[in-house]
This record gives sequence, C-alpha cells and structure tokens, in this order.
Amino acid sequence: MTTLTDPPAESFKLSMLIYDTRYRSITFQTIALIAFLLLIGWLINNTAQNLVDLGKEPSFGFMNEPAGYDINQRLIEYNSQSSHLRAAFVGLLNTLLVAVLGCITATVVGVIVGVLRLSGNWLVARLMTVYVEMFRNVPVLMWIVLAMAILIEGLPSPRDFRGEDAVASMSVFDSVAVTNRGVYVPEPLFARGLGDVSVGGLFEISLDLIAILVVLGGGLFVSNLIKKRADVTQNATGVRPRTWHLRTGVIVVPLLILLVILGFHLGYPELSGFNFSGGIHLRNSLIALWLALSLYTAAFIAEIVRAGIMAISKGQTEAAAALGIRPRRIMSLVILPQALRVIIPPLISQYLNLTKNSSLAIAVGYMDITGTLMGITLNQTGRELETVLLGMLIYLSISLIISSAMNWYNSRVKLVER
Amino acid sequence: MKKTAIFGALTVAGLMAGAAGAATLDDVKARGKLNCGVSTGLAGFSNPDANGNWEGFDVAVCRAVAGAVLGDANAVEFVPTTGKTRFTALASGEIDMLARNTTWTLSRDADLKFTFVGVNYYDGQGFMAPKELGVSSAKELDGATVCIQTGTTTELNLADYFRKNNMSYEPVPIETNAEAQQQYLAGACDVYTTDASGLASTRATFEDPSAHVILPEIISKEPLGPLVRHGDDEWGDIVRWSLNALIAAEEFGITSANVADMAAAAGDSPEINRMLGTEGNLGEMLGLDANWAVNAISAGGNYGEVFEKNIGESTPIGLARGLNAQWTEGGLLYSPPFR
Amino acid sequence: MSNTHADTVLFVRDTMLPQQEPPASTVGALGWAKANLFSGWFNTTLTILSALFILYLLSGLVPWFASPTWYAASLTECREILAGHEGACWGVIRERWLQLMFGFYPSELYWRPVLALVLLFVAVAPVLFADYVPSKLLGFTALYPFIAVWLLWGGTIWAPVMALLGFVVAFFVFRYASKQISPALALIAGVIAALLWWMVITPAITPDLSRLLPIGIEAVQSRQFGGFMLSITIGVTAIMCSLPIGILLALGRQSDLVLVKAICVGFIEFIRGVPLITLLFVASTLLNIFMPPGTNFDIILRVMIMVTLFASAYMAEVIRGGLAALPKGQYEGADSLGLDYWQSQRLIIMPQALKISIPGIVSTFIGVFKDTTLVSIISMFDPLGLSNAIRADTAWNGVYWELFIFIGAVFFIFCFSMSRYSMYLERKLQTGHR
Repeated sequence: MTTLTDPPAESFKLSMLIYDTRYRSITFQTIALIAFLLLIGWLINNTAQNLVDLGKEPSFGFMNEPAGYDINQRLIEYNSQSSHLRAAFVGLLNTLLVAVLGCITATVVGVIVGVLRLSGNWLVARLMTVYVEMFRNVPVLMWIVLAMAILIEGLPSPRDFRGEDAVASMSVFDSVAVTNRGVYVPEPLFARGLGDVSVGGLFEISLDLIAILVVLGGGLFVSNLIKKRADVTQNATGVRPRTWHLRTGVIVVPLLILLVILGFHLGYPELSGFNFSGGIHLRNSLIALWLALSLYTAAFIAEIVRAGIMAISKGQTEAAAALGIRPRRIMSLVILPQALRVIIPPLISQYLNLTKNSSLAIAVGYMDITGTLMGITLNQTGRELETVLLGMLIYLSISLIISSAMNWYNSRVKLVER
Repeated sequence: MKKTAIFGALTVAGLMAGAAGAATLDDVKARGKLNCGVSTGLAGFSNPDANGNWEGFDVAVCRAVAGAVLGDANAVEFVPTTGKTRFTALASGEIDMLARNTTWTLSRDADLKFTFVGVNYYDGQGFMAPKELGVSSAKELDGATVCIQTGTTTELNLADYFRKNNMSYEPVPIETNAEAQQQYLAGACDVYTTDASGLASTRATFEDPSAHVILPEIISKEPLGPLVRHGDDEWGDIVRWSLNALIAAEEFGITSANVADMAAAAGDSPEINRMLGTEGNLGEMLGLDANWAVNAISAGGNYGEVFEKNIGESTPIGLARGLNAQWTEGGLLYSPPFR
Repeated sequence: MSNTHADTVLFVRDTMLPQQEPPASTVGALGWAKANLFSGWFNTTLTILSALFILYLLSGLVPWFASPTWYAASLTECREILAGHEGACWGVIRERWLQLMFGFYPSELYWRPVLALVLLFVAVAPVLFADYVPSKLLGFTALYPFIAVWLLWGGTIWAPVMALLGFVVAFFVFRYASKQISPALALIAGVIAALLWWMVITPAITPDLSRLLPIGIEAVQSRQFGGFMLSITIGVTAIMCSLPIGILLALGRQSDLVLVKAICVGFIEFIRGVPLITLLFVASTLLNIFMPPGTNFDIILRVMIMVTLFASAYMAEVIRGGLAALPKGQYEGADSLGLDYWQSQRLIIMPQALKISIPGIVSTFIGVFKDTTLVSIISMFDPLGLSNAIRADTAWNGVYWELFIFIGAVFFIFCFSMSRYSMYLERKLQTGHR
C-alpha cells in the first residue's frame, strides 16, 4: 500500500497503475491479495455464524476425554480409557506403518515387474502386461475390498486348526499360522530383557531394541572403516586384501553375543481359547491393505521403471556388452543406475499416492488415522470441523515430509550437469 | 475501500443468515417433498429395491410423516446416510428428519443438539455365535474376536461390557452390515455383535440359520427412534405425533384397510374421532390438515402392519414383537392420549 | 592340372543345390516358442511356472463363471440351482445391471443420459481426434456442457440458455470495452456484466420466459443419479470445470507475481497433499458450515465442487508440465512479435501446451474417474455404494463376487480404452515433435 501512495515520479497518474509495468504487478497483486483475504474472511465468517447457529464452539478440549472404544492394532499402549488424542496417535502410527510397508513392497514388485515386462520371454512379458493393465484400470478401493474378501474366504479360520483331524495346519515347521484372521509369526522374546524406557510420557521404547540397534550400527560403522582401509591399501599396492570375513564378523559376532546375553528366544503362536495366542499377529486388515496398495502402486511403478529403462539409449547396453559385461550385470550396473535418475521424480509421487490411498483403510476396518480420528472419534463426539481439519493437517504434514525427503534424495543422485 | 468490501460481505452474509431458519414445516410444504435421512442399506429397515423404491421399517416412518404433512406417502426424498454423515446432514438442514436406527442417548440429545421424538423400535445389543463354538453365554467370550459395525454406540457398549467383566477381546471394526456378515460367516471373527434386531435379520439370510445362536445377554438398551433438529419444536411435534398416530392406531384397531371408513364419519370412540379428525381440531393445532392422521396411517398401515410387513415373523427377517408390542400386550409401546 | 584335380577330387558339384528349409527348430511355431519361451533354463522355468499359474487360475475360475444362474431371482434360488456346487449367482446382475448403470434415474428417461454420453463423444471428437474431425465441431464442444446439464437434470430449457447467454454477454461486453479501455479493465467489465446477467436479469425473467414458452423436459433430482452414470457425471464435470481453473493455477504458479504465485502454490500443494477422502469428508460434513447460513445444495453438487478442486490441482501440474515442455523460443518468438502476455498465452503458448498435455489430461481423468468410487464411503450410490445397497436386499444378502467382478469389468473397459487412446496420442505427439 505504501508503494501505491508513494509515487517516485511527479507525473504519476492513476492509469499508470494499470499501464505502467512498474506498477502493474503491484496493482494486480494487491487486487489478488484483497480478493484472497475477502474469500478467507467470508469463509471464516460463515463458519463462525453457522457454528453459533448450531450452538457449537470449536475447541479441541474433547481430545483429552476418554475415547471409550478399543483399537485392535496398536503399536503403543492404548485402551478404551485412553484419550481421543492417543487414539489419533495410534491411528497415525498405523497409517505410517502401512505406508512404509507398502512403499517398500511396491518398489520391489514394481521394479521386478517393470524389468520382466521387457523380458524376451513372451509369456512372462504378456503376463506382466496383463497384471499392470488390470491393476491400473480398476479403482484401488475395489482392490482393497477384493483383497480382504479373498483373505477372508480363501484362508482357514482358527477353528480349522483345532481337534484331532484338523483341516488346516501350521506352516514353516509349525511356527507360522496363516488364518483368515491374519498371520501369526513367531515373536522375538528376551529372557533377560532390559525393560522399556518411556519417551516423554507418550509411548515406550524397548531398551532391547535400542541395544540391538546400537550394536548393529556400531558393527556397520567398524565394517565401513575396514572397507575404507582396504580401499587405501588397494590404491597404494594394487592388491585388495581379503576383508569379507572380517566385515561380516564385526557385524554378526557382537550381535550374537548381545542376543545370548539378553536370552533371546522365539515365542511361537499356539492355539488357545478362541484364537492363536503368542507370536506377532499381522491382522488381515493390515495384510489386505498392504497387499492391495502395494500391488496397485507397483503396477504404476512398473510402468515408470519400464519407461526409465527405455529412456536409456541402446548404445549404453551395446557399449557395456562390448566391454564383456554379462547381460544381468549390464542391467544392474549400467542401465538401472542411469534409469534411476529418470525414475525417481515420478516414484516420489507414487509414494505420496500410496500414503494418501492408505486412507481407504476404513473399507477393511484397518484403524488408521482416518478410522480413528476422522472415523470413530468424529462419530462419538460430533466434532466434524476439528477432527477433519486436524486429519487433513496431519496428512498434509506427512506428504510434505515425504516429498521433501525424497526431493533431497533426488537432488543428491541427480546428474550434475556441466 | 478494503474495509468497506469486507463489511459489505459481512452484511450480505448477515442478511442471508436472517433469511435462514424458517420453520421446517413451511420448507417441506413449499418444497412439496419431505427429505428423510435413512440408512444406506439395512435389510428390513431401509433398502432400495430393483426399481429404486425404498422400503423397510424406517422408511415407513418417513412415509407416514410425509402422508401427515403433504398428504402423499410418496412425496419423500430418501437421503441415504452413513453413521458418519447422518448427524451433519440433519444439523445442516439437508434432511428434515432422520429415521435411521439411531440410538437415543443423552449426549446426542444435549451435546449434538437433536430432539428424539420417540422410539419406533426398542432394541438392545446382543451377540451371535456359531453353534459349533459351544458358547452359551457372553460371559464365556474372553479372548474372542468380535466383529462390530463402526460408527455406532455398539463399539462403546462392547468396550464397556468387556471391561466391566474383566475380559479381553479383539475388535474387528467393519463399515457395513454386509461385510460384517461375510467376515462372520467365514470365521474371521468368533462372534458378531450389533443390535439384536440386526442379528436376527442377518441370521435370517444365512444358508443355515439354525447353525447360529443369538446369546441370551443383551448388553445395552438401544431405543431407536426418529429425530429432528433442536430449535423447531413445531416440526418435532409433527414427527412425534405422526409416530404416535401409528402406534395408537394399532391400539385402537385402525388399519390401512379400515381407516378410510372410520374417518368417513364420526364413530363411538371420541379419541379415535379426535385422532382421525372427525371431531375437534387436533390437526389444526399441529398446523396440518384435519385428516393428517388418516394420511399417516394409510401410508403404510398402523405400527403393527408396518412391523409385520417389513420385519415381522412372516418376513425373512422374522422378528418377534417382544418389547415392541403394545403396552396392553406386555410391550413398551405406549402412545400418549390424543386429546 | 585339371587331370590332377579330377584325380584327386572324386566329385565336383557343378550345379547349385536347391535352397533348404531352415531347421524346423528355428522357424514356425516351434522356432518362435524356442526363441521366446524356452531360451535357456531360466526362461524355461519362468515359462513353465507362468503356464502352470494361468492353468491353475483358469481351472478355478472357468467352472465358477459358467454357472447357469442367469435367471435366478434370489440367492436362495441360485443355491438351489447349483445344488451344492461352487458357482456364480448371475441373477443379481440380470436384475440389477440397469440400476448399477443408472442408479435410480427414472427408467423411461434412460435415453437422456445415454444421449448425453453419445453427444459427449461427439463433443470431444474435435479435440481428441483433431486430424479426422472438422474443427467446426468445436462450436458444439463449447455448447455441450449446457446441453448435457439440461439433458441430465431436465427442467426448463431457459435455465441453461440463460446461463449460456451470460457468457455471450460477457464476451460482447469484453469485445466492445476492449476497444475503448484497456483489456484488463475490459475483462473485469465483462465479468461484472456476466454476473449482473446471472444474478439480476436471469432470476427476473426466467420464470416469465418459462411461462410464456414452456419448453422443457421432465426434471430429475440429482439424488436419483447413481451407478456408473454418477461416476461418469462427477468425473466429466470435474475434468471440464477443472481445465480452466487448472490453466489459471498453472499460469499463476509460473507467474512472476510473488503473491499470486504463493497463493497458487499453496492451493496446489495443499490439495495434492491430502487424500481425496478427506476432501469428500469436507464435502459431506463441512462444506455446508463454510457456506452462508441457509445455503443448502445437495450432496452431489458438493461432491462435484470438491472433486473439481481436487482435479484442478492435478490439472495445474499437468499443464505446468506442458508449459515447461515448450521450447523457450516459442515464448521469445511471441515476445518478439510484440504480443502482450495474454495474447501470447492465447495465440502461441496455450494451444501448443494444451496439445502436449492431452495425454496427461486423459490420465488425470482416468484417475478421477476411478477415484469417484470413494464417494461410496460418504453414502452416495456409485457402483460400489449400490452394491452394498443391493446386498441389503434380503433376496441378495450374501452376494459379493458377482457384483465386484461386474463393476470391476466395467471400470476396466472404460479406463483401459481411455489409457489406450492416451498411449496412441503420446506416440502421435512424439513423432510430431522429432
């Protein structure tokens, strides 16, 4: 505004606000700002008026009240007496869990399928094309529902494991139970565990896990040191000393010692009462969502990978072949590293899509942030405005964090152009 | 200039606010249609048939109100709602009334600011389990996997019940009744819990209903009834008395078959006369025609007829009257007098 | 020499041998199979595994599909017909397929959505198949939105006509004013004229017009929309409305004006950062709170608004890609001709950028079309939502796979043909540019 009332030249005319390029941009921006502020003000005013009419006061006080409902999959301590806030937090962790699992699986499957689509094997290439087209052209919500239905109808229920002439039996040396309530796998247990440590009173982290991570990290660090020394030796003498046994040793041996000290053993799932107990229970809702999301996204990633590979000029393959590199190593050493640079930007948006699509979890009853905060909490408290806005804010932050992290990675691997 | 514009916008918004909030009855009459919120699909209570006509027990309440207000039982716009959208739809005025298996609770009355006009079905939360599980009481369900429909009071009752009895359980939250049924039948959960009426109607559609038992415990009271917004008591009265007219009609023996005859001329019973508009001016008090109750009853019959047609023992749902019998027959249905 | 030769060599061929067939293992079906299916142990294993997988799938699915239950009237009847065998219950599709297509649209009016769909193809033809269709049809493309709205919702013809006339008024005011005053002011004048037309003149004269000339067809409530018709309506509306918004957003994002750019980037990143389902929650629970008290438009309209906003953020990114793909010389060329910003955008940049963006626009449309299934979560009867409602019918309680397969197949047909078209276009554009 000050610039408008403060003309530099004496011959300022009002029409210069539009015709003079020096002022025009300021004029337009002021108009845009006013329009924008008016719009925001209008929306806020409407909202306030409506809330008064409905007799509601926006406040987040309800978040501290007991939630009153139970959540089956909880990564941190939670019961029906915990607050709505904690329920939302449990949901957030579930969202992140399925997003991370999904992204990893989708990448692995997508890369394999993308490479196989270019395979010389006619049948395999066709099969992969059918897979990609089927998954890309049917809504992801249908795949989620379908995956759940297949798991429920196709797998035996825990009842079938019971009795003398049980229909179903556990697999992998009686250690894994695959049921239509989920998969039960052995869990690591520690006879002489170190206990838990509370983080800011919010949730607890197992000290055993921290100890293992510390030892593992230390091992990797030492192994890296050995590698660097070997590099130095190789550069100096031309002979690379044999280090692989040392390098695995410094990682594995301390870990094994730690596990023995902690009294590590596996807890097997076993049938008791209505269900299997013991072991880690991967629920069907998680598996269905995970499978459907990763297979759906993998179809898109496969196309991205294929396009990336095809973008690398054929001369690269031929040059590598001329150097005598074997076909499989050409792919992994020459083509894929170059294709990666083309692949990563669209890959980021696929990761974001997967994370956002995980909000469809309610279709299979997976309790993610949409299911807890924007689902049951919304229903029980009737606080639409607060819960939906908070939920959107959380998703927005997740998206921004993922995209900035991946953009940082992208800028690191990007070819430095000269 | 900027300020004036904002004030201008405020004034416009204020004017529009003043225009809103007219009586629901006038809105409905002006529109010529009643917007009635129902469930997206619950066998026996509300579901669209192949031609898109809605039918069911809750739907009949909507039709009765439409009959009373507009004289045409088909002048209803059915608005399907989910557990999540139903209250917003009512609060925002998108629907005039909600008839969707909604439990009357204090917090919904006082905190969400709705008026429950009565109860059209007395229900309670129960459990269903396969016979082969060998369970005879809900007290034996420690450690069981329980399928629940989300977005209802059901999951709160369930959490309370298991906590009170010091039992553990694994909740499997499910969006719709149809999916819950699929999971339950496949054995993905041991028991299915929802309102007892829902359990009965679900069991009725099984391939072999006799292989499943409904456990004797009813762990909650679920009075289901139609509701309207706070702040328009005249409209609340109309919906309340339309429902009462259905209930009273059964008590007085007025059916869809004989209602026209009985309304043609005043009979012996003063209360029936008052209700059917041949005596007094009850309709006028409500702001409706004198024959409002006649229209409400002829929309789908009295309460008993509606019950028998949609969820009664002759239908696949096969519910007994139980608590939902007239007070004269040991039930809880008790209409206040038409006076 | 010749003698010695003749002595030492017993036989000399003096004629050419006839050309031999290549070995049977390298030609024909066998050769093809050897090259493409069984070259090396790895490929052979892969082939055998895939073949077994396909056989396994087929052996399970074919008997299930070939099930004589087309005329069954309920699931119980299906079970009787099948008498214990596994098999599909196709009766539900026969009874409900029209509902899955049109929702609760009055059955005697089915021709209207069908006609609207056919006309949609006519309208987009000059854009999508620019080589084969005369560009004169573009006039029809501009008219199409009004025709479609009228066909789908019905009612008096004057409402869409008056809406259309608003644009005409705006255009003429702009044309006239731009000769007198600057184009920017003329644009504002045009917009104001259109708004005046819609808000003051239209409500005043439309009732009289419809009374004088009662041309109209039966009105249909949008609540009666359902099934695939609902999905297509939402998808097409969202794409058509999001195109202009997306262009503006893309231009804003590229703009030098810091504030405008910030607003556009903020909007785009916000919409792209949240899942569509949360936007639909906003549509179903919050949009009425944001609007002036008393406004009440139905849920389909609210969903369309939110899906349009959603699509326009993605559209903006697609168009930004198109703008970025244009060689810089095009911008400089436009500048050197002395065209101002809007002229160069209108005459030089946008026609080319939009053409490059068409494949991206088509895939955005596919994405939006698939995402319309999400509206089932907020209680609308799209195909998935209808399948739940159908299962609530006591006759069909317990039918899952048949409905899923039918809905999935229809979606596949729609999306697959669109993605094929987009691929064809990409190939065509590629050769055009090299």
